[in-house]
Amino acid sequence: MRGRPKFIFPEAKPVSSRFRYALNKYRVKIDNTCTNCGLCVEICPYRVYAKGSRRPRTPSEHLCVGPSCEKNAFFCVRKCPVNAITVQLNPSFEVLGDRRWTGDLLASTWYMAETGQVPYQNLNYKTGDSGGGFDKLRLLYRANGNGKKRKGSLKNVSLAISLNRSGDNRPKVTIPVPFYLGGMSFGSVSINAMLSRVRAATALGTFCSTGEGGYPDVLMPYDDHVITQVATGLFGVREDTIQRVRIVEFKYAQGAKPGLGGHLLGDKVTPAVAKMREAVTGSALFSPFPFHSVYSVEDHKKHVDWIKAVNPKALVSVKVSTPTDVDMVAVGSYFAGAHIIQLDGSYGGTGAAPDIAKKNIAMPVEYAVPKVHKFLEGEGIRDGITVIASGGVRNAYDAAKIIALGADGVCLGTTDLVALECIRCHHCESGRGCARGIATTDEELTNLMNLEWGTQRVINMYLAWSDQLRTILRRLGMKSITELTGRTDTLVHIDYMKKDEIQGELD
Amino acid sequence: MPPKYHTVTAPTPNRFQPVTRSGVIAWEEGCLKCARCVKKDCVYLVYQKRNLDPRQMLDSVDSACMDCFRCVQNCPARLIQKGVNPAYRSIGDSYWTPEILSSLWFQAETGKIPVSGAGYGGPFAGPGFDAMWTDMSEIVRPTRDGIHGREYISTSVDLGRKLMALEFGADGTLVSEAPPLVEIPTPFVFDLLPFSPPKEHILNGLLRAAAGLGTLTVVRESDWRPSYEEYLRSTMFLLDRGGAVAENYLDKLRMVEIPDGMDAMERQAALKRVRPELVIAIRMSLGPVSGSRVEELTEAGAEVVHLAANEFGMEEAKEPLFVKDRLKEIHLSLVDKGLRDQITIIAGGGIAMAEDMAKLIICGADAVSCDIPLLVAMECRVCRRCAQGISCPVELDQVDPVWARGRVTNLMSGWHNQLLEIMGAMGMREVRRLRGEMGRAMFFEDLEKEFSALGEGRRG
Repeated sequence: MRGRPKFIFPEAKPVSSRFRYALNKYRVKIDNTCTNCGLCVEICPYRVYAKGSRRPRTPSEHLCVGPSCEKNAFFCVRKCPVNAITVQLNPSFEVLGDRRWTGDLLASTWYMAETGQVPYQNLNYKTGDSGGGFDKLRLLYRANGNGKKRKGSLKNVSLAISLNRSGDNRPKVTIPVPFYLGGMSFGSVSINAMLSRVRAATALGTFCSTGEGGYPDVLMPYDDHVITQVATGLFGVREDTIQRVRIVEFKYAQGAKPGLGGHLLGDKVTPAVAKMREAVTGSALFSPFPFHSVYSVEDHKKHVDWIKAVNPKALVSVKVSTPTDVDMVAVGSYFAGAHIIQLDGSYGGTGAAPDIAKKNIAMPVEYAVPKVHKFLEGEGIRDGITVIASGGVRNAYDAAKIIALGADGVCLGTTDLVALECIRCHHCESGRGCARGIATTDEELTNLMNLEWGTQRVINMYLAWSDQLRTILRRLGMKSITELTGRTDTLVHIDYMKKDEIQGELD
Repeated sequence: MPPKYHTVTAPTPNRFQPVTRSGVIAWEEGCLKCARCVKKDCVYLVYQKRNLDPRQMLDSVDSACMDCFRCVQNCPARLIQKGVNPAYRSIGDSYWTPEILSSLWFQAETGKIPVSGAGYGGPFAGPGFDAMWTDMSEIVRPTRDGIHGREYISTSVDLGRKLMALEFGADGTLVSEAPPLVEIPTPFVFDLLPFSPPKEHILNGLLRAAAGLGTLTVVRESDWRPSYEEYLRSTMFLLDRGGAVAENYLDKLRMVEIPDGMDAMERQAALKRVRPELVIAIRMSLGPVSGSRVEELTEAGAEVVHLAANEFGMEEAKEPLFVKDRLKEIHLSLVDKGLRDQITIIAGGGIAMAEDMAKLIICGADAVSCDIPLLVAMECRVCRRCAQGISCPVELDQVDPVWARGRVTNLMSGWHNQLLEIMGAMGMREVRRLRGEMGRAMFFEDLEKEFSALGEGRRG
């Protein structure tokens, strides 16, 4: 970044839920013995309560820390002079989420999107409950000899990564955060959701991919932060969309359905979507698998050369999934001249996909990244390509772990949707589309979300992530995220670690 | 697509309301009577369509609700809540989980494969079949587009003994005698049910489904009813009455099973003398010695072996292995000895989902046998009360065989399509070639080595 002005991060601004009440882990109830003395409103530092006419209201239950507040002097349940308050687990909360995205992870992501802060309310925002991979890996902060905690300003910790390490004469694109946002096409998500993500990426100085659904004109002001995708259906791909951007992404496969093509249901092909994709309204659209012009690494090089010829300044990213020979695919991509290889693991993805594919086909990204990293190192070409991991990265801790396993950065999709209040009901396709106005083209549902709200929610969440990443790096004694790549010695797997040999703190 | 490659399915509704994961709890007390109630805004029109099933006292709200939580979040008086349904948690067991049962019910009802958005939500890995992933192809190998019918992927398998080479006489005539083969269009057969209420109608439904799908159902001679005679070509008798029933029909049968024992090869020979075209499978419980026994039988001229694990996929042993792990060992050992291609292996027990079928084939089975999912297709909740003689909560003893055929056909058609997905992603055009392709799969125990070494090495 030498010679250029230092990137200034945007500021977090509070943006509350679009719905009347945010979803909450704990329920606060005031029964009718309440005398409306107002003490709870006064003493709760989390602002759970608000004044009411007959008794206080609880508009912000999601800010409550729950029964463990007991240890605090201001514990409302104890302080209430007439014992009118109870705090307990919200039974609805149990229904939320799944093993990968637990209710805690959802609620903490919502909180980060609302405030830009790291959650405090007894939510596990670091791991889910999947019983393996990220959820069993822990960062290890080794004691540094004198036992003192590492200090230093977080501001001096750099999160920037380079997207062009090839040494060719194309632009040296650097992003100030170790992530960009993955492709979700216009048609699969609403225009508001798409624009919110692109605008957030712009504010954060990074990129957002268009997915395979064309390049709506409304994205033009953000061209410098858009990655346009060339996928197997070539929907909406034109010479001018490739010439507009700084990064072009080939999507060979996607983690949600490795080895399978895409399918946009006829109902979602509205006139606007059809026009963008140059297709017929109401007709289901299939993206074939694979590229029928690519049956070898040589064909793949021809593909990359084609893009490079159309846009002499663009970087080329190759998005692949994680087969047994993902290392060979990565090497092939490097020699074909790709700047970025994106490994999309099998547990991620946002679009509709057969359950059998999501669960069984291709390997989780936690396995693929170290395999590729080591192989590229062995070939002596690791420094010539940027490795981006995606597919199941849910939070800042996952990001740090996968970087330590060998990636340079990560690519996110689902987390953005969760920031936009996706509840992961998995019913993106049913009825009129997403009931929460994210993955829909229904006009009324699309209008559930406005652009400023969406943009700021995504920005807030990533600001909270950035803070967490800087804190992690400082605790590891690192000044730059680039130092973390491949440092598997900063990780342990709790199923295999020998407790007595571990000196340091697990996080 | 030629009809040969396509199974006709039709929605076949549930008789009982399925048990759903969560319920809606809506209180009336304290209602503010808003001008526009949040229930009216339901995107799925759940509250408009609500009705009560008088037989089960279940509210349709719970099966129609898609868990979007909008009413929960928007009701000003917070009168609407969601709750996990305790009945859902209690169905099935740790192997036949509520998630598996729900997925099977959906497939049996609709004939469609389960599709959902927002990524995978399940555990990272697990025991048994959940400890492996299948491969896919990109860039360096092409995939096959089987599901949309643009490329044909064959799922046919041949059951029977195979010759390693053909011999010709000096005059060019074929000298070798080719043993009979039974070709089934999908690599599964229907097996004995480990439990069920009185099964006259159930078996009738299974035989009809097997007939439509071109496959076979294992039927004990003691369970045979003359009314099944129409389906003899889909019947694979297990000779538990010494062949007394089957001998009446030998000329119409394609295959029979005989229990393994000292006299297995003699019984095979005896049956062959009566009807040389009959293919004979030798059935045995899977166990640590199955490998050496299969080897002996192969060398002695057996055509097909059927290895049956228990309903949780475990073999019979003190420290039992899971069916896929034992199969790997048996397959590789037969390959080593140059015997593998002579014999057909059907294996089963614990096959719960379409992926289990693909995975067991990868681990060395030519075809799988499927049991409990057939009952689940008929709405079985795997409560196993029938095993104790208690009446079936979904009245399986009284199913209409035509309805049962529809449900089982839907489910197995869904499995076929999912097998195409898996094979298409791998770039395979033949399920015969999927057998034993362990290099095209990834195993937990191998991949996990990456993690067991963590925390060592460079000190920070």
